[in-house]
Amino acid sequence: MHGEARVRGREDEWTGLMRSAMAGDDAAYHRLLKAVTPVLRAAARRGLARAGQPPDQAEDIVQEILLAVHLKRHTWDSEAPFAPWLFAIARNKLIDTLRRRGRRVFVDIDDFAETLPGEMPEETASAAEVATQLGTLPQRQREVLQSIAVEAASIKDTAAKFSMSEGAVRVALHRGLAALTAKLRDH
Amino acid sequence: MDTDQLIRSLAADNAHRTPRVGAMLTMALLVAAPLSILIFATFLGVRADVMSAMHNPFFDTKFAVTLSLAIPAIIVSLHLSRPEALMHGWGWLLLLPVGLLAVAIGSEAMMAPAMPMSMRLVGKNSRACLMAIPAMSLPLLAGALFGLRHGAPSRPALAGALAGMLSAGLAATLYASHCTDDSPLFVATWYTIATAVVTAIGAAVGSRVLRY
Repeated sequence: MHGEARVRGREDEWTGLMRSAMAGDDAAYHRLLKAVTPVLRAAARRGLARAGQPPDQAEDIVQEILLAVHLKRHTWDSEAPFAPWLFAIARNKLIDTLRRRGRRVFVDIDDFAETLPGEMPEETASAAEVATQLGTLPQRQREVLQSIAVEAASIKDTAAKFSMSEGAVRVALHRGLAALTAKLRDH
Repeated sequence: MDTDQLIRSLAADNAHRTPRVGAMLTMALLVAAPLSILIFATFLGVRADVMSAMHNPFFDTKFAVTLSLAIPAIIVSLHLSRPEALMHGWGWLLLLPVGLLAVAIGSEAMMAPAMPMSMRLVGKNSRACLMAIPAMSLPLLAGALFGLRHGAPSRPALAGALAGMLSAGLAATLYASHCTDDSPLFVATWYTIATAVVTAIGAAVGSRVLRY
């Protein structure tokens, strides 16, 4: 089973990246999130298709999953493999989204686990919901988030631009991400 | 915002660390406990004959039962705060107080009855028990839910129910030192009803506040 071995290799790599990320390696964390995104996207599309929903909300789901992964990563046990934890969060978010649209569907965990490398197109897609909710954040949080996310500025540059301390930028960034997640969830 | 941009902002926030759920739950319960103890000290207090009651094994059994509810409920609630956790096999832990009670009821039945069964069952404090345990539970339940919000339970109502059980178990431990009804029949009836009420409240609130 060539495909299975590839999936296992990929998942071992994720676990290693997440361990490095938790030890403070920001680059490893960035690589990990980039690596899981196409798998989450393919699974979200498949889940939507199964529920008879158009695939154009897939990116909203992907972004919600990524935010939840980020804010709940302290619940991951670094001795455990990363993929089952990730897919449990992904499945939850997919079910939540479909439920909000009044669909009660069974989401198969294999939707996530079975996606093979190479099946997923490398792309970046835009999503409407995060952008909409971003507009409702307090000004400081919105500006900091936009500076770091959209303009790709570092924390240091962002601090200089808004005459804030780096610590204050970090606080605004984290609060902004947490507020965004809460708004998406209760939306 | 496109997904690459979002990922960039998440990576920039990697340095942020959240305490483990167990630490948050412990802290929240320690903050809530004085409120429950205040209710206890104001309205109930330790029973007057506590020194002689301690020689009665059925008095001591009450604490074994309530703690065997509270401690496993804490353990299972922390387990369930991980998104990939299954109840699988863990539910048995929650049967511990049930088993203890069954043994205690059995041993009491084998002894010469000090009081008729109906009196042991109904006791003198059934109404107080039904009020006091939920009342002392509420601060603890709020604390437990606050602590567990830092987790990511896949089944928020179930996690909320466990928050209810653990707070009822802790509140019942306090109440057991006040109540003069020591018969396991009394405990099995009234403590259980009070616990069920708190568990139901926990499940209802948890299904909302423990979603992540």
